[in-house]
Amino acid sequence: MSRRSLGLSRRRFLRSSALAAGATTGLLHAPTLLSAQGAGVKIGVLHPVSGALSYSGQQGRLGAMLAIDEINTAGGIKALGGAKLEPMLGDAQSTPDGGNAEVEKMNAAGVCAVIGGYASAICLSASQTAARYDLPYLVDVGVVDSIVTRGLKNTFRFGPGFGVIAKTALDNLVTINDQAGKPAKTVMIVHEDSAFGAGLAKLLNAQLPERGFQVLETISHPTPTREFENVVLKIKARNPDLVIPANYYNEYVLLARTMQQQRVRPKAIYSVLGGAASSYKFVKEFPEAAHYIMDCNHWFNPKNPKALALKKEVESKGQFYTYEVYMNYSCILLLADAVERAASVDRAKIIDALASSTFSGHVMPYGPTKFINGQNQGAAPVNTQVLGNDIQVILPAAFASAKPVFPIPPA
Amino acid sequence: MKSYAPIVVVVALLAVVPFIVTSNVVLNFLVMALLIALAGQGWNLLGGYGGQYSFGHAAFFGTGAYVTAILQVRYGINAWLGLFVGIAVGALVGAAIGALSFRWGLRGSYFSLVTLAFAEVLRIVASVAPITGAGVGILIKLDLRPEAFQFQSRAPFYWIAVGLVGLSLVLVRAIEHSRFGAYLAAVRENEAAATALGVDAFAIKLGAMTISAAITAAAGCFYAQYFLFLDAAIAYGPWLSIDALLAPIVGGAGTLFGPLLGALVVKVLGEATKLFTGDAPGLDLVVYGVLLVGVVGLAPRGIAGFVATMTPKRLRLLWPSSLRHG
Amino acid sequence: MLSAVILIPAVLNGLMTGAVYALVALGLTLIYGVLHIINFAHGALLTAAMFAAFFAYTVLGLDPYVALFLLMPVFFVVGYALQRYVIGPAAHGDDRNFLLVTLGLAVVIENALLYAFRADTRTVNLPYAFKVIEIGNMFLAVPRVVAFVAVVAVAAALWLFLQWTATGKAVRAVAKEKLGAELCGIDVAHIYAVTFGLGTACVAVAACLLIPTYYVNPTAGDAFVLIAFTIVVLGGMGSVIGALSAGLFVGVVESLSTIALGESLGQIGIFVMFIVVLLVRPSGLFGERA
Repeated sequence: MSRRSLGLSRRRFLRSSALAAGATTGLLHAPTLLSAQGAGVKIGVLHPVSGALSYSGQQGRLGAMLAIDEINTAGGIKALGGAKLEPMLGDAQSTPDGGNAEVEKMNAAGVCAVIGGYASAICLSASQTAARYDLPYLVDVGVVDSIVTRGLKNTFRFGPGFGVIAKTALDNLVTINDQAGKPAKTVMIVHEDSAFGAGLAKLLNAQLPERGFQVLETISHPTPTREFENVVLKIKARNPDLVIPANYYNEYVLLARTMQQQRVRPKAIYSVLGGAASSYKFVKEFPEAAHYIMDCNHWFNPKNPKALALKKEVESKGQFYTYEVYMNYSCILLLADAVERAASVDRAKIIDALASSTFSGHVMPYGPTKFINGQNQGAAPVNTQVLGNDIQVILPAAFASAKPVFPIPPA
Repeated sequence: MKSYAPIVVVVALLAVVPFIVTSNVVLNFLVMALLIALAGQGWNLLGGYGGQYSFGHAAFFGTGAYVTAILQVRYGINAWLGLFVGIAVGALVGAAIGALSFRWGLRGSYFSLVTLAFAEVLRIVASVAPITGAGVGILIKLDLRPEAFQFQSRAPFYWIAVGLVGLSLVLVRAIEHSRFGAYLAAVRENEAAATALGVDAFAIKLGAMTISAAITAAAGCFYAQYFLFLDAAIAYGPWLSIDALLAPIVGGAGTLFGPLLGALVVKVLGEATKLFTGDAPGLDLVVYGVLLVGVVGLAPRGIAGFVATMTPKRLRLLWPSSLRHG
Repeated sequence: MLSAVILIPAVLNGLMTGAVYALVALGLTLIYGVLHIINFAHGALLTAAMFAAFFAYTVLGLDPYVALFLLMPVFFVVGYALQRYVIGPAAHGDDRNFLLVTLGLAVVIENALLYAFRADTRTVNLPYAFKVIEIGNMFLAVPRVVAFVAVVAVAAALWLFLQWTATGKAVRAVAKEKLGAELCGIDVAHIYAVTFGLGTACVAVAACLLIPTYYVNPTAGDAFVLIAFTIVVLGGMGSVIGALSAGLFVGVVESLSTIALGESLGQIGIFVMFIVVLLVRPSGLFGERA
């Protein structure tokens, strides 16, 4: 009797596990995007293209693909006889376990490196998984400091981390404030409450008083937040000289619009990694609300012709030229350079090549790359301000296209 | 003892897999499926066997995960010890929520919604409280030693997951055969009648909830060790509350192997749809949703229920009683 | 800090925000009250309606307040069809299955929108979006005031419909006693579908009211779902007046607790209140005692 029920359960289980194994091995043989010409250079391109972070993920993927197409059209990796870059696209589904699963697949498919991740949580998990296989992992954006302080040899970050961003933002704030005769003393911080916003707020809270600013209040809010009426009420009541927002695009736009509506006009809105503050989309759609907003954020080198050419190309596709695009673009170029110098798809050689790279062919204002413990030393954010319906770089002076307007003139 | 034989066979079969399949992709996939199966088994005890549908099992998952993470990161306590403490605290949280909810006689949808609310409260608190790292989250230090409950290869994680799932199967089977299990079934079928017959419904439901929470908390502790990073959305987010109820319902609520079966099917479905829809974002999930609706439409009592309707009449007498009348 | 200067506008803010919550909850409470199902697809339907309102403006040039009159019947039909031909048949009348089916539906709708329209956030910049009504030193945003008035009007209309029309009475009959209603010759499947359609129409109106001040993307509606559930329970499942009052109440509670505890922790106010109400008076403020 029990043997029958036993048999049924075993059969049932075997059926489903066979299905599982079959489906996943089927996955491994799924055709890659470009038909394998034999000796291609497989690269894992990981982004959260579905779920809450899908816009940023899709922009990141766009940037990476533009770079890959450009390299392939120019003849591929010359040191490997013109081998083309073959992207293996992965959808991290905006979760760490999604990213994790994709990295496993990429590893099994034999990629020589993985780039992307976008969100810090995804980057942390994915790079760790990659580390098990000594698979090079190049972080595109994720800013949390712990990404490069875990002692993982395979993990590299091209862009800046929190620490550098907060320091640069404050240094530049002091510069701007001093140049205008120190009109600003009091500050209110409005930040979103996950890794990015909370981490940044913590650093700002620690460092602002040291620089002579008084933090009146720090307001944290969830992502998503439905409306900012009360936040703006508090800002109005406290009347700080500066408002420092650190949040994602949607909330930033809501905040800025609500401030405009309630006629709240501090001496400046000085964002640090502000979601919309240096976004062409925001400037185009809400020019009045965006006017005079300053940001300290990732930005391309405005004096680099390649960066401007890429801008044209992206805009001709009907997309906005956002930081995810050019940072991923640069990461792919960096990786391709490393593969060239390593003259191999061997992972250890690529890791060595990245670690010793001095690459300048990217479009960011960082100078040649130099990695210490996986962090690119030259990486730093840049200060921008929305002036004349366009986004101008105001600091550092080497890349500036306009002078800061501070304090904001009265309405 | 004979009724434990299927469990032994299933566990043995699962354990053998890493020797046959060395692909880490498959092992990782199976670990995630087992994780959901474990969390789902916890849900199943309370929901399938007990008839109380919880929408907030993330409350226990997250508690287990955070407790073990906090103990390791802030107090330097060993990860294995953290596992036990995490399970214990998770059970306590279950008891607390259960005591409040059942004391005030919450049933059906009201119970479901209150569990949802509790999970949300925990999520919000975790997203601002300093001890959980607030928004930044907690990162467990990479320390690939067995003593620290971390392993270089996927296989040990897999076997531990199999072990945990196996234990949960044994536990639930034992409950099925016990007086407690009988009372639980009575409460599920008709609480008023059960009470009239002298069953202390409150104590029974509370007990079920506590054990249920402990099982799901174990899944949370495991998650923390496997991924080494947590934040409020991961630990207490609705994703787990949904997965933990989806798996048993698809596999057959109130059956022993329901959560395991359901977890495998749901995950395979997810992967299979990705296979056919390629890289277009969202399309795979559209197909997944359609399939879900289809599965429910065609097999409303879950797969185990569906299979039960296929077996000849004689075998039905041997099948768990919950399906006979379901 | 907690002076009248902040408290009074905060309360008014809460009322206006609460009004929109109430409208979303109105649809949900009807569906729950009559079909006894928790409609997990509600948020996704709201998102779909917001996309519809967005395209009505950008493609057809219809101001959202005008598009409202077009989208209301359109979404009524959509809701009717969904219940009659998809959800009802798939669920076989089992409560748990309704859950799963509406969950599956939510996944389908949200990701279909993602696939079709990408993840970009879209907004409309209407000329009156930034206009304010000045009262003392408070600025009340015009779109929010309009929304408040509109919600009260819709709630009143719905209540009148349920009280006086034959269909409305049939809806109430099915909610109270399905078998009895059936025996009186009421087509229950039709009434279920009508109710679902009404719920979806409410969501369409809410979408049009939100568009001037909010944004649209495939996950925009999710932010309102949990709050809507809270309001449904608080107000009493199935009660129109309950949903409206509870919605306003929740709006004010949220507003005050975010002022006191900050936006992040303040969200707790809603859920703690939710739990307390469930424990103390689960039938809600206006529901019938179970």
